[in-house]
Amino acid sequence: MADPEVRTPTGSLWRMEKAQLQTLMEKLTQQGYTIIGPRIQEGAIVYDEVHRISDLPIGWTDEQDGGSYRLKRRGDEAFFGYAVGPHSWKRFLHPPVFSLGRTRRNGQGFEWTPPADPPPRYAFLGVRACELHAIAILDRVFMGGPYVDPVYRARREALFLIAVQCTTAGGTCFCASMGTGPKAPPGADLILTELPDAFVVEIGTERGAALMAEIPCTPATEADRAAVEAHLEETARSMGRQLDTADLPALLYRNLEHPRWEEVAQRCLTCGNCTMVCPTCFCFTVEDLSDLAGTQAERVRRWDSCFTTAFTYTAGRPIRQSAKARYRQWLTHKLASWWDQFGTSGCVGCGRCITWCPVGIDLTEEVRAIRETDGALAGERR
Amino acid sequence: MARRRKPKLAVWKFASCDGCQLTLLDCEEELLTLAGEVEIAYFLEASRAVVRGPYDLSLVEGSISTPEQVDQIREIRRQSRFLVAIGACATAGGIQALRNFADVRGFLELVYARPEYIKTLEKSLPASAYVPVDFELRGCPIGKGPLLELISAFLNGRRPNIPNHSVCIECKRRGTVCVMVAQGIPCLGPVTQAGCGALCPAYRRGCYGCFGPMETPNPASLGDWLLARGMSSPDLVRLFRTFNAYAPAFREAGERYAEAANPDRSS
Ligand code: SF4
Ligand code: SF4
Ligand code: SF4
Ligand code: SF4
Repeated sequence: MADPEVRTPTGSLWRMEKAQLQTLMEKLTQQGYTIIGPRIQEGAIVYDEVHRISDLPIGWTDEQDGGSYRLKRRGDEAFFGYAVGPHSWKRFLHPPVFSLGRTRRNGQGFEWTPPADPPPRYAFLGVRACELHAIAILDRVFMGGPYVDPVYRARREALFLIAVQCTTAGGTCFCASMGTGPKAPPGADLILTELPDAFVVEIGTERGAALMAEIPCTPATEADRAAVEAHLEETARSMGRQLDTADLPALLYRNLEHPRWEEVAQRCLTCGNCTMVCPTCFCFTVEDLSDLAGTQAERVRRWDSCFTTAFTYTAGRPIRQSAKARYRQWLTHKLASWWDQFGTSGCVGCGRCITWCPVGIDLTEEVRAIRETDGALAGERR
Repeated sequence: MARRRKPKLAVWKFASCDGCQLTLLDCEEELLTLAGEVEIAYFLEASRAVVRGPYDLSLVEGSISTPEQVDQIREIRRQSRFLVAIGACATAGGIQALRNFADVRGFLELVYARPEYIKTLEKSLPASAYVPVDFELRGCPIGKGPLLELISAFLNGRRPNIPNHSVCIECKRRGTVCVMVAQGIPCLGPVTQAGCGALCPAYRRGCYGCFGPMETPNPASLGDWLLARGMSSPDLVRLFRTFNAYAPAFREAGERYAEAANPDRSS
C-alpha cells in the first residue's frame, strides 16, 4: 500500500458498528463536504442533504412496479433497506437548470459574467452499484474525449463516493441482467454492505482509507465476508425484472420497423419522465433569454429529452414527429446505439424508467415482445 | 441603443375574467421598464387613455362568444401587426366553453326572463376560430414569466422560449416526487403543456391542465390507465372538462369518457 501508516489499506474489509456512520458523516462535514444521501420526502426516498443518521430512511423500504411506488415499513431497522427512488445522482453532477452566464451591453460591446459557481463539494452517501456504473457512464459523456464539460467536471472531481451494496432488490430492478450489480464496481471511496448488526466497509481508495482510519472499526471476520457474499447472491436472485441482453443491439437494429413500436406508441404519453429519471440520460437544451430593455441577456441550460419535438427541430420542423419515432429513439439509444457512441450500454438496469412512467411502460417488456417476434414487420397481421 | 419609435401595445378583452390582463399589471417591477419600451396604447384595465391603431402588438384575452365580438376581433386583427391570444379563454374557449357541450338556448330560457334580448353564439370559441393568430400564450391564468418572455422576445425580434412539452419535464427538473406514481393521485401533467413550473404537484395535487394540451398529447392512454385503476368515467369527463375543455385533445378525451359513461347519449 502507498501509505503504510494507514491501518486501513485499499481493498481491506472492516466491521463498523452502525452508530459509527454518524461519526463518519461528522468527519465528512468537518472536511467541508455537503453530504447528499437518502431521506424521505413527499412519499418517497429521495436524495437530498443529510446531516445525521436520523435523517436516513431507517426502517423503511419501497414497493415498486410499473407506474407505481409506495413506501412501506420494514420489519427491521435497516438504514439502507430500499432500492433506488425517483432521484438520481445526476441532478447534483449535471444540475437540471443551470445559468451559464450573463451578458450586459457596455457601450459598443458586451460584458460577459460567467456563473458565480464555487462548485459544491459533495459526498454521496448510499450510491448503489448500478448508480456507480451510471456515474462512470456520465464521466465518459461529459469528460471523455476532447470536449470536457466544466460544470460536470468541477462537481465530479470534488466528489467523495460512499457506495452501499444492495441487500434488497426493487420490484423493477434488473442490474443482474445488465452486469451492473448488485456488487459495486471499483470507483467508490468506501463500499458498505449492511448486515443486521453492523456495516462491512471495504476501502476503495486512499481517500477512503484516510477517512476510515479515523473511525472506530475492527477487521471483518470470515463470517462477515461470507454474509456479504450471501446477501449479494440473494439480491441478484430476487430482481424484480429481467432483460435478455444477448445480441441486443443487433436485435433492435434489425427490428426498426417492428409493429411493436406502433403498439407502444399507442400507450406512450411522450411525457419524457423516463429520460428525466434515467441516471444516464444527459441531454440538455440551451436557451438565451433577454430582458425587456434589451440590455442584458442570460444563457441557461436545462435538462431536455428526446421525447420533446423541439429536440429534433431542424430546418423548420421536428424530425421525430411520431410518438413511435421518439420511443424508438429512446429505447435504441439506451440499449443499442449507446454501444456505438460510448462503448457501453446506456442502461444500467436501475428500473426507474419503469416505475416512474405514469402509465407503467416497461422497457424489459418491450424488448421481450420484440425478441419473441423477431423479424415481424409493420403492416403484417399478427 | 437607438431604437426606432416605441412599438404600440394594446390589450383587449372578450369573454373572460380579467385574470390574464391582471398578470400584466402584476408585473410590478417590470411594468415601468415596459412602459419605457412600449407605448401602452390601449389597456382599459390600466388606463382610460386610448391611442388609435394600428398597433404593433395586440394581446387578446377572452373567448369569442357573441356576434358583436366576431366583428370586434376581426377589426382588431386588421389593426394589429402581431396578435397574441392570451389565456385559456382566448386559446381554447375557456371554462365558458362548457356550454359548447350543451344546448345554449336551454340555458338562456332557464336563466333570463326575456331570453329574446340575449344575442349569443352557439359556442364559446378561441380567437383562432375567427382570425389568424400569431402566437398563443397558454394558461389559466397565463404566467408572469412567460408573458414577460413573450414581450421581451417580441421587442428583441427573437423567438420566445416557451416550450410545448409536458408539465412532467418541469416537474422532474424541479425534483418533485410524482404524485401519480407515489400517491395514486390523478394528474394531467403528462398531457398538459408546461408553463406553470409544475406548481400543483409540488403541493401534492394533480395537474388540472390549466395550460391546455401539450404538443403531442395522448389523453386516451392516460385516461384508460386511470380508468383501469378505479377512476369512474364521469370523473374522467370532469377531469378533462375544465378550463381547456374545448381544446381539441381534451374535448376528444371528454367525449370518449362521456360515451363510456352514457353509451346511448353521446356527450
Ligand atoms: S433506461 Fe431505465 S432501467 Fe435503464 S438506466 Fe435508464 S432509467 Fe434505469
Ligand atoms: S435516450 Fe434520449 S434523452 Fe436519453 S440520452 Fe438518449 S437521446 Fe438523450
Ligand atoms: S415511456 Fe412512459 S415515461 Fe417515457 S415518455 Fe412514454 S409515457 Fe412518458
Ligand atoms: S406529478 Fe404529474 S406532472 Fe409531475 S411527473 Fe407526475 S404526472 Fe407528471
